[in-house]
Amino acid sequence: MSAVLSMRNVGVSFRTADAAQPAPAVDGVSLDIHRGEIFGIVGESGSGKSTLANAVMGLLPPNALVSGSIRVNDREVVGLSDDALRSMRGDEVSMIFQDPTASLDPTWPVGDQIAETIRAHYPVNARDAKARAIALMGEVGIADAAARYGDVPHRFSGGQRQRIVIAAALANNPQLLVADEPTTALDVTIQAQVLQLIDRLRRDHGTTVLLITHDLGVVSMVSDRVGVMYGGRLLETAATRELFANPSHPYTRALLAANPAGAPRGTRLPVIPAAWNIESLREAELLRAAAGAVND
Amino acid sequence: MTELLRVEHLRKSYATALPWGRKPPPALNDVSVVVERGKTLGLVGESGSGKSTLGRCILGLTRPDSGAVIFDGVEVQALSGRALAAFRRRVQPVFQDPFGSLDPRWPVGRSVRESLDCFGIGTPADRERRVLDLFDRVGLNPALAGRLPTHLSGGQRQRVGIAAALASEPELIIADEPVSALDMSVQAQILNLLMDLQQDLGVASIFITHDLGVVEHVSDNIAVMYRGSIVEMGETEAVMNHPQHDYTRTLLAAIPRPR
Repeated sequence: MSAVLSMRNVGVSFRTADAAQPAPAVDGVSLDIHRGEIFGIVGESGSGKSTLANAVMGLLPPNALVSGSIRVNDREVVGLSDDALRSMRGDEVSMIFQDPTASLDPTWPVGDQIAETIRAHYPVNARDAKARAIALMGEVGIADAAARYGDVPHRFSGGQRQRIVIAAALANNPQLLVADEPTTALDVTIQAQVLQLIDRLRRDHGTTVLLITHDLGVVSMVSDRVGVMYGGRLLETAATRELFANPSHPYTRALLAANPAGAPRGTRLPVIPAAWNIESLREAELLRAAAGAVND
Repeated sequence: MTELLRVEHLRKSYATALPWGRKPPPALNDVSVVVERGKTLGLVGESGSGKSTLGRCILGLTRPDSGAVIFDGVEVQALSGRALAAFRRRVQPVFQDPFGSLDPRWPVGRSVRESLDCFGIGTPADRERRVLDLFDRVGLNPALAGRLPTHLSGGQRQRVGIAAALASEPELIIADEPVSALDMSVQAQILNLLMDLQQDLGVASIFITHDLGVVEHVSDNIAVMYRGSIVEMGETEAVMNHPQHDYTRTLLAAIPRPR
């Protein structure tokens, strides 16, 4: 089975004005994700999970230094020109974000925004693009899609907006969907529906999904395999059931133990040891930043 | 167990103009709850369920349309002047984002001290020491008191928020999503701190959250809110293990839990 997404020793660091040796945000990540698979990456803030997702999409800012290799369908993404990246995004690979409102133009009918994604990549006439957009809206569960084609985003609920963003992301049948915290802004009942939708769409279309989240429960619901990130490194990858049953890395064990949902009521929750405490990592960063501010 | 807070038939609608004279659905629709001394009531619901409005009505930050909030036998809405200040001293909030409640230009120690100054607690010289004690109490290095909020991590800022709430030695803390913005490892530390405070100081609390896993862990009793009403209320074990209302069952089924 060939990998849709293949990463080899991927590193990302950000050049800053003051630091000669920038600290890597992503460090030596290697990973293969296969066709039709949902691969979840969990990590706390600052673990590098979103930076990794943005590296796959070629969305990092100009001061980012990317090393290693990221191949999507056997095509190298690292070092690809802006034009080539733009034609790849929304076509072969798509991305959805936490806040669907920020991904949609507030003044534009949502249907036209989906149709635009199609016409940006294929020479389809307006009528066909509209028909396809309506079909997509129906597929992601917008009731009475044809009638709602012309509505602007604020006429939809948060969950419906995320469905519309998913419709736009899937408009050109991408091989790979990168979803960065796609349900974090949603209520739990809506979150469950959107996760079920992502699961159904990958079954129907064979889409490969890279799911980025901080929520252990979310990855356990839909992922086939899970990778745990901390401090820019991928500490452990395992089949989802295996990871939750027998976590092999001490950080993973500590993270699972810190989840109140599993612990007996009123008991003290085990605290992550200092070596794996995200706060101590951030404390070091803050001190560096404060030192930098004094030097300026 | 003695009763500390009683909320009776609270109603609140936000006045928004809808076309054709339609009325917006009420944020609170005949809500009644009781909190006993030293106990934690978990208030759980999705966005728009009215849980934060209820918290704000109890704090006196939002005026209900009708109904009563009775704290320690006294109707809160009738309070003014000194009596109101005394009430505020006994009931303190902790919010989701302490960044929003801390002045960005003030060292965080000054924000904690402001509460002591405001309620006239201790002598001015004494207050300096109390601030450092409070930092110690919430697990913060007192050396951090001179730092600006931007130079603290999210978990540290939430500890400052809790220290500021504790400064006036309240009997009731209304915590509105106090751990929702925090990473899992930090969330565990803050939950431990809140449980310790309840045990050591006997503070009662209302813990408002959308996260059933969190609320189950810290609460003695749970009230489930849906569209402005409390649809189910009872002891934590009973609500979690034998939910009576359909909405509670839906909510429990939707929690993503590692299997």
